[in-house]
Amino acid sequence: MLRRFNQLGVLFMFLLGPLFGAWLVTGNLSSSMTLDILPLTDPLLLSQSMLSGNWPALTGFVGAGLVLLFYALLGGRVFCAWVCPVNLVTDLAAWLRRRLGIRGGVRISRHLRWWLLGLVLLLPLLTGGMVWEYVNPVSMLHRGLIFGFGWAWLILAAVFLYDLLIVSRGWCGHLCPVGACYAAIGAAAPVHIAAPRRDQCDDCLDCFKVCPEPQVLKPALKGTRLKSDSSHGPVIDSIDCTKCGRCIEVCDQDVFGLALGWVDKDGFVKSNLSGQRPNAEQTKLQH
Amino acid sequence: MNRRDFVFDSLRAATGVGLLGLGLSLYSQRAASLPAWALRPPGAQPEEEFNGACIRCGLCVRDCPFDMLHLARLGQDIPTGTPYFIAREAGCEMCEDIPCVAACPSNALDHALTDINKADMGLAIVSDQDACIAFQGQRCEVCFDNCPIRGDAITLETQHHERSGQQALLIPVVHAETCTGCGKCEEACILDEAAIKVLPRHLIQGKRGEHDRLVWERQPARTTYSGNLLDKLNGHSAS
Repeated sequence: MLRRFNQLGVLFMFLLGPLFGAWLVTGNLSSSMTLDILPLTDPLLLSQSMLSGNWPALTGFVGAGLVLLFYALLGGRVFCAWVCPVNLVTDLAAWLRRRLGIRGGVRISRHLRWWLLGLVLLLPLLTGGMVWEYVNPVSMLHRGLIFGFGWAWLILAAVFLYDLLIVSRGWCGHLCPVGACYAAIGAAAPVHIAAPRRDQCDDCLDCFKVCPEPQVLKPALKGTRLKSDSSHGPVIDSIDCTKCGRCIEVCDQDVFGLALGWVDKDGFVKSNLSGQRPNAEQTKLQH
Repeated sequence: MNRRDFVFDSLRAATGVGLLGLGLSLYSQRAASLPAWALRPPGAQPEEEFNGACIRCGLCVRDCPFDMLHLARLGQDIPTGTPYFIAREAGCEMCEDIPCVAACPSNALDHALTDINKADMGLAIVSDQDACIAFQGQRCEVCFDNCPIRGDAITLETQHHERSGQQALLIPVVHAETCTGCGKCEEACILDEAAIKVLPRHLIQGKRGEHDRLVWERQPARTTYSGNLLDKLNGHSAS
């Protein structure tokens, strides 16, 4: 699967240096330097650093600017589905959950991640320290793989078990403030998953089963059958959509595709670019 | 959802997240403390500011040509993900172009540091004169020889050797104004346990009172009454 290839590819590029001595990329997802020329910095981390009362260096600003631009154009949560290493862990948990038929568990609000994002940004302001980084599974895993884990694997194990047994899609889909931050960054991105052939949908629910954020599917897929008089267009316009493309892949009826362009409130693309069946080039959302 | 549900849902979320925040803050108080045996790379902001500024990316570690920097792992006593070095294992080689600072995107390693000799990673101290063989009358000079700014940061001072009565002691003396805390002296010390150690400056550096002036450093012209009095007193003690 292209997405896995990309996730592992990014990881592999970071690991080339420490494992084989080929320093293509140094640093980690918090901030990295590619080929001594391309700086990339996590905007959330840089924000925390600044909120603690620090003024970052130029490379930090440039790096964060590039990351902001990239995800603002492509959709923020593309990071979650295509780059983030924790997604490998939580997808494994979700897959096992399906395979083992684990149902139920605790229900928590998907809005909690926004509260957590607020907390993450508030704590540096109050304490002057980068508090979230003492527990953040995203940086823990990536840094652990590259620089050594220590006990950090415990946090990842906790996320895995929590996702498997307690809350379905509990981390990425409910709590992760990093994902929430990227969602906000990509809120106005002109790249969308859409259901242009939704009239062909045979209600098999396969897409709902594989989707990590199934609540985003309904308006686009069932928009014409919504009870309220305001019908919804075929474009998935929720910022929670990670654009992982699993719905495109799983659907036997070829309901889903990519939609490019800005979307109005009703879920229709303003320009006429919607409804193209994605070919290989279009699905190639490279990091 | 009615208004009542909304209010209570929000309160629930706020309470949960608030409790988590409290726990995290309290944990971070402990997690942010740096033990005295771990030193920060050159240019590091004061520890408290550093902890807020550093984004834990490890670029300084990677750009160190001598691989003497490490990123702390969860479970170590050092704030997780932050860079440190241990002087006894490998001190800072004090590169003139300071690549670790140049690599830092967050300015936690302050880019204002351009002269490595102005770095302040800690302060060396001859911590055990009984163990140091120079104090026993043997020639060693290893810490002096390995000091990147020898003659300034460490000097060898001649002292009368009581036991032999003939030879001199050549004892290492660290000068707080010039020592950068690079740790090469501690790394090089030939003893099983180093008798010269680099520690955070605030733990060992003394400070004279503002009013206190050494007589030979004093400016000559003083006309005030108290000045004259001091002159008298100091002149007395200096003679």
